[in-house]
This record gives sequence, structure tokens and C-alpha cells, in this order.
Amino acid sequence: MAGSNKTNPSTALKTGITPPRWLLAELTYACPLQCPYCANPIDYAKYQSELDTEDWKRVLSQARKMGAVQLGFSGGEPLTRKDLPELVKHARDLGYYSNLITSGYGLTEEKIVQLKVAGLDHIQVSIQASSQELNDHLAGTESFQLKKEVAHLVKKHGYPMVLCVVIHRENIHQMPEILAMAEELGADYLELANTQYYGWAHANRDLLLPTKEQFEQAEQIAQAFKEKVEGKMKIYYVVPDFYEDRPKACMNGWGTTFLTIAPDGVALPCHSARELPGLDCPNVKDYSIEQIWNKSKAFNFFRGFDWMKEPCSSCDEKEKDFGGCRCQAYLLSGDMYAADPVCSKSPNHHVIQEAIDSAKASALSSNEKPLIFRNSKNSRRLS
Amino acid sequence: MHRLQWEEAQQKDVILYPEGMVELNQSSAEILKMCDGTRKLDQIIADLEQKFATTGLANDITAFLEVALKNGWIQQN
Repeated sequence: MAGSNKTNPSTALKTGITPPRWLLAELTYACPLQCPYCANPIDYAKYQSELDTEDWKRVLSQARKMGAVQLGFSGGEPLTRKDLPELVKHARDLGYYSNLITSGYGLTEEKIVQLKVAGLDHIQVSIQASSQELNDHLAGTESFQLKKEVAHLVKKHGYPMVLCVVIHRENIHQMPEILAMAEELGADYLELANTQYYGWAHANRDLLLPTKEQFEQAEQIAQAFKEKVEGKMKIYYVVPDFYEDRPKACMNGWGTTFLTIAPDGVALPCHSARELPGLDCPNVKDYSIEQIWNKSKAFNFFRGFDWMKEPCSSCDEKEKDFGGCRCQAYLLSGDMYAADPVCSKSPNHHVIQEAIDSAKASALSSNEKPLIFRNSKNSRRLS
Repeated sequence: MHRLQWEEAQQKDVILYPEGMVELNQSSAEILKMCDGTRKLDQIIADLEQKFATTGLANDITAFLEVALKNGWIQQN
């Protein structure tokens, strides 16, 4: 917490704590893909240990008892876990609505059926681009045809099909083709996720951040498409907050709704919180979910409004956006108590324009540095 | 794609769908539970009016079902 004169907020149980509703189970950091905007921490290669099946079952049971109902199986690539069907069955027995968030890599028809029988509710397949060449380049592996086959199989076996495409400068020009692809694949939901600049995306920001003009043009195309397919396909559009005046209401407020469990059992108030210093995030091997959620230092750290400094503490919008994202404040200003620099009221707001200018200069440069792909070698090199 | 279920922790019925949840009040939940594929609209209205010993629910029920249809919570054959 360099540069901060704040003392830690009380670790005592605060009143008015709402129970978790969403549980993100990051089963593993292993992944056959190498996407340069991966949300996993840069230093993921350090965390080799993984919870075993019984640990996960206990976590699912405890969180469900508290009220968690939406469950995401994520990673890395969750399909690399051999016990996935067993965990899906356990989740269904408990009454979760379970979502598999996958690259599609390794998803055979047999597995799709097996997971359906186990009680999986939906599969979200990510595709990196609308062309084979770009998809395979970004994924760092040949996977485009396979992903399209998986999307067909997901539909064939009666799952709602959610297609997720992360949008950035390398593929934003493909917006019309991406939308056409979603329609052709029969997606029920299309998530157009403008890159959020954490983890690997932060490291690659100069190469990924689109210009405002590129973003506005793509948004217009997506908006027109949304109206065209209303009633047939739902579009989730994740805005790139670098082009907003106000920050996002990150995680719906710290410790109010979302609970992430990392592969090694560390419980996080958001999947990027591992990057914040001094939180002492607890491990599910040492504490119950109830202890973690209600009493741990990490989950109480940014609950409520007492931790805020100006301009947030006296801001009339603080109950709407909670001062924005703590991880973004830390990454961009070095102070995790500061207002999210995305906010135009933030004294650090200039760093956003500097990031935009830097990305623009990089795009115009004749010797632009290459993307850093997400793999263990780069993870060890950078951490 | 959508699942209606009772949530003990919230003490209410909810509709679950990919990455989302809608919390239902009691009357919405009662209407949706009648949409089980066996009843026609007239029957749904009659059954609900009988269940709650009242009349004149037709407009409210129809309006809610239109919302439910538009959101994909129910399907029309």
C-alpha cells in the first residue's frame, strides 16, 4: 500500500452483508490457448497446486447454502479437469444454474452429452475472431474450425448457446463478420466483451486498445444488429470503460455478490484481486465460505464506503459505481484506495488519455512490439 | 433455457438463465407456475381466480404473460 496513509478498514463483521449470488470456480490455470488478453494473473505459473474434487464439492455446498445460485466453471480451460462431470453433477444436485465457460478446445460430442446428463445448464464458447487466420493467431493454436464444430454440437444437444468474443484492436474491424458468424452458428446469446485491461491485457494494452473512432464505429454496427435480432438473439455488450466518463460498478460492489475461487483455493472478491497488495486473501482449505465471506479481511476491505478518499467519499454517485474498480485504480495510479482513473473527477484521469495516446502511437509505429502470449514461459519471465 | 426455482436463501422464486437471474414476486411466480404446457390462457386465468378466490385478473395476467413471452421465460405453441 505504498503512498497510502489509510489504515486498514476494520476486519470486524460489518452489518448489512448480503450473501454471495455468483460463484466463479476457476478450476485450473492450465489452458491449451494463449490469448494475449487472458484475465488470469500474469504470474499464474507460480500457482501450481489445484484443489481436489472433494475440496471443490465442499466449496460448492457451502456457497450454495449461503445463497449462491449462478455458478461458472472457468479457468484456464475447465475441460482439462477430469472431474468436471462429477462437479457438474454435484452442482446440479445442489440447485445451481451452472455455466461452462470454455474455449471449446477438447469438447467432444461424447463429453457434451456426458455433461448434459450430469446437469450442465449452458455452455459459453469463446471465439477469438471471425476468420481462421486471426482466431488461430490470437489463440496461439489452431482451433477455429474446432470451435465452430463445438458451437454446432452445443446447439444440437439442446443447450442455450452463448458465444463470447473478446473485442480489441486486432479484431474490432471484423465486427460485421463476427455478428454474421454468431447468426450463422445460431447463438442464443452473444457476448461482445470489449477487452478489460487487467492481467495479460494490461501487459498488451498498447497493441489491444482500439481508438475511440474504431470503438464508436463497432458499437454502432453492434447496436443496429441488436435491434435486428431482437427476440431471437440476446446481446451482452461489455463497454470498454476507457471511453466512458464514469467507472463501472465493479463486481456490483465489493463483497456484495461475487465470489471467485482460484485454482489453488484462494478466495477472491473479484478474479483480478490477486494483484492487489496486502489483502491476505484466505484459502478455502483453511476457512469455510461463510467465514471467508463474512469475516475475512479481504472480503471486508472495500465493503461499504468508509475506505473511500476524495473525490469518492463526498461524491453523490458513490452508491451507483462504488468508486469503480479497485484493481484498475491500483494498476493505473498505484493506489488501490483512489478513485478509478476512468472517472473524469479523478485527479489521475489523465492516465487514461495517456494510455489511449500511447496505444495510438504504437499502432502507427513502424516497428510495433509483438503481442505477449499467455503461456507459462512468459508468465515466469514476467513475474 | 430458463429455469424457475424456489430459492431458500432469498425466500422467493427466481428465473435462472445463462449468466442471469430474475427475482419474482409472489403473483408473478404463481402465474408462471401455471404455464406448464397443459393449460390454455382461459384456463390459467380461471385457475388463478379460483385459487385466490377473486375475479377480474384477466388483464393483469395477460399483461404479465406478454412480458414473460417477450423475455423468453415462456413459449407459445
